[in-house]
Amino acid sequence: MSYELIGIAVLWTFLFGYLIVASIDFGAGFFNYYSTVTGKNHLVGKVIYRYLSPFWEVTNVFLVFFFVGVIGFFPRTAYYYGTALLIPGSVAIIMLAIRGAYYAFNTYGLSQHRSYMFLYGATGVLIPAALSTVLTLSEGGYIEEVPGIAGGSRIRLDYAELLLSSYSWSVVLLAVVSVLYISAMFLTYYAASAKDAAATEQLRRYALAWSLPTIVSSLFVFISIREHSRWHFDHMIRWSPMFVLSFCCFAGAVVLVWRRIRYGAAFGLVMLQFAFAFYGYGAAHLPYLLYPYLNIKDSVTGDAMAWALIIAFIAGFCLLLPSLILLMRLFLFDAKYVQDKLILEQGKERAE
Amino acid sequence: MPAYDPVLYARILTFATLAFHIVFATVGVGVPILLALAEWIGIRRKDPHYLLMARRWARGYTITVAVGVVTGTAIGLQLSLLWPAFMEMAGQAIALPLFMETFAFFFEAIFLGIYLYTWDRFNNPMIHFLLLIPVVLGSSASAFFITTVNAFMNSPVGFRLENGILTDVQPLVAMFNPATPSKVSHVLLSAYLTVAFILAAFAARGLLRNRRHEYYRKSLKLNMIAAAVFALGTIAVGDLSGKYLAEYQPEKLAAAEWHFETSRSAPLIVGGILDKETRRVSFGLKLPYMLSFLAHADPHAEVIGLDRFPDDEEPPLVIHYYFDLMVGIGIYLLIVSALAAIGSGWRRFKTLADNRLLLRGVWLGGPLAMLAIELGWMFTERGRQPWILVGFMKTGEGATTSEHVDLMLVLFCSLYLMLGLTVVRVLSRMFANRPPEAELNDPVAPRLSAQIEEESEEPES
Ligand code: HDD
Ligand code: HEM
Ligand code: HEM
Repeated sequence: MSYELIGIAVLWTFLFGYLIVASIDFGAGFFNYYSTVTGKNHLVGKVIYRYLSPFWEVTNVFLVFFFVGVIGFFPRTAYYYGTALLIPGSVAIIMLAIRGAYYAFNTYGLSQHRSYMFLYGATGVLIPAALSTVLTLSEGGYIEEVPGIAGGSRIRLDYAELLLSSYSWSVVLLAVVSVLYISAMFLTYYAASAKDAAATEQLRRYALAWSLPTIVSSLFVFISIREHSRWHFDHMIRWSPMFVLSFCCFAGAVVLVWRRIRYGAAFGLVMLQFAFAFYGYGAAHLPYLLYPYLNIKDSVTGDAMAWALIIAFIAGFCLLLPSLILLMRLFLFDAKYVQDKLILEQGKERAE
Repeated sequence: MPAYDPVLYARILTFATLAFHIVFATVGVGVPILLALAEWIGIRRKDPHYLLMARRWARGYTITVAVGVVTGTAIGLQLSLLWPAFMEMAGQAIALPLFMETFAFFFEAIFLGIYLYTWDRFNNPMIHFLLLIPVVLGSSASAFFITTVNAFMNSPVGFRLENGILTDVQPLVAMFNPATPSKVSHVLLSAYLTVAFILAAFAARGLLRNRRHEYYRKSLKLNMIAAAVFALGTIAVGDLSGKYLAEYQPEKLAAAEWHFETSRSAPLIVGGILDKETRRVSFGLKLPYMLSFLAHADPHAEVIGLDRFPDDEEPPLVIHYYFDLMVGIGIYLLIVSALAAIGSGWRRFKTLADNRLLLRGVWLGGPLAMLAIELGWMFTERGRQPWILVGFMKTGEGATTSEHVDLMLVLFCSLYLMLGLTVVRVLSRMFANRPPEAELNDPVAPRLSAQIEEESEEPES
């Protein structure tokens, strides 16, 4: 495999990791607020809080890893996307900042505050919408290279085109809906492992409610991508088995949750569902990073740096994997922790 | 109205983001080490006071880390948004440490998460202490990696530029450039120093308010002994940084010292007011031979002056004040911490530790240390101007050409203002509502310390 393929595969994997962990986190924020409004928070609030606490920082690092890695492997993306994304990028940063900081203030510092919960819930839906526009832009047609003032060229983002395009809206819709679906599926499983029957039942209802919209909005994306980027659609047809498998996993997950059995396996299927679709979409997108200006071959960094990054990645991974497993064993899969038998310091302080 | 200039706004926005992030980054690098010291002493001596210190600092740390993480994420993205051309070029040579920095964060974030939620989970408290080691390593490693990036901007090596194309990239050479050793060690030591002073300042404040609990004395002692060591190190390495400048960036040193003519046996000017036209300094304190000595460890050595550089490559002369203030604060911190360490360390000098003037000095040292950090960064970054990558790319060439950078500047400044105010409010509530005395008698006080008190019923060693 060439450097650029290894590079993009690694980065895509991190983006997939972010997609899953961030969706759980974003959706959890939304359900936490939503359940408060509908008076169901006493059922699900504790499960959500339990999961979120030790994990929020780790979630953020996945994103940082992705964008730092992209600049490293494909430095030219910095120039194109960096110039074009000033406003959407800044807005996303500000929302991420507000979300992260106020979550910490709320959990470790002040008492629970309804307005913080609202901020947390609302940004959870808006951030995926903002971030998903990067994928939209990569299809081409929104970013143009125009002649600059003092000779040379300038990168420009056509906001009118972006805001009026049905494709960009279908991506936003899919992003938001999938966040809620993934999150509800995970929390159902998490509540079930905590043997919290009431929460499981409530979250299961959310999960099922968001399953149909997920599949409908992905169909929507298929249709509009055909209109917008024929080249990408044609590649996707070549990768169609991936999308068929993705659908089968979806069907399997919904059936399991419907029949109230094997929530863990159901969540595994959800991850597979998104993995197939995500890698299928990504593979079909190659070789372009930004159609038609950037492709992975021309914009990859030099050999020496590519090697250095790959070695650093392997070394880092060997360090991180055991640590991540430790974190999960301590908090995610430790029955005692999940079932809330331990009195934790933070919880105690809250109780006072 | 001046014309819209994206370069100017990009510079101001970078300044705002970095100046804000540095505060939290510095705390983030320094706290884990002092936390580890306190917890270790607490466990070894079975002393609940030190354990409580560790707990309280860790609790505050969760808040500052959160802000460090979100502002750091902002910088990481902003670098590409505001300096796309620079990142495209520099990314080819210096992406390695940037990439490794994320691993360091990742590592730190995971263990910090575990550490914060496992105070009472292990029967052997040493296991909980061990969890801190990756946190210390991770935070210092991230400072190390990011500082090598900044060092590279000051002395770019490890590549060749041919017709605008970078070739022959050697990532490790770029990372371990001539600026790296002095810069990294100065940044790390000054962060440790600053945090030790900030923590001591809280203890000094308690003592000044006549809260004569042992807790405050122990905290003062621990932090002041550490600070004295770190202050010595910071100054020693600061001297090395000066020698680095003399060799590799003489224009920065010359601008910082208002040294206009290349000469031997150069004097050092402290303070003063510069007449821009005649380049005469009035009111300055002139220390003969000192500049030659500082730059080359030889009072008669030749020091290159600004006359050797074209006018349009001259750094802003205001950095003179940044440098002098930083050095002045450094000397102040060393004196204060040495006195306080002696006073709290040796019984014979005990009155020293109760001296209200000295306590006030310690209290003032906290904010001053943080000011020195800001000044130090302003000194290196402005002193690098007009270059963003010394000798290769000017700041104006690296900047974005987008519209609306001014609007983004307003948005981000509001964000930092809001975050800054909330942090202060949250932290002061967190600590003011529960002073350590109350927490020590608290029925729900840390179980860990209770455990240890039980064990310590056996006679102490
Ligand atoms: C508590 C903070 C603090 C204190 C007391 C000092 N410094 Fe400092 N200094 C820094 C915090 C700092 C810093 C924030 O860490 C900087 C900014 C960039 C860097 O590399 O370190 C810095 C930069 C910096 C540089 C520029 C390096 C460069 O541009 O490459 C020099 C020459 C010195 N320092 C020298 C000194 C000396 C001689 C000191 C003697 C008292 C001193 N510093 C005290
Ligand atoms: C170790 C990390 C860094 C720190 C702590 C830091 C700190 C600072 C500070 C405090 C300033 C304001 C100086 C002033 O104008 O008064 C500044 C300016 C600036 N920094 Fe850095 N910087 C770092 C690394 C970087 C990196 C990686 C870039 C890459 C683009 C960068 C680019 C700039 C630019 C362009 C300015 C504007 C200079 C000016 O207008 O004076 N810095 N930085
Ligand atoms: C000497 C200057 C700097 C130091 C000491 C420093 C250190 C830190 C620390 C301690 C954190 C908190 C992370 C944690 O505790 O988990 C942080 C966050 C971060 N910093 Fe800085 N930083 C500096 C400058 C910069 C610069 C110039 C950049 C831009 C490349 C940067 C990028 C980041 C990022 C991306 C994060 C967030 C990482 C995460 O999500 O965990 N930092 N930094």
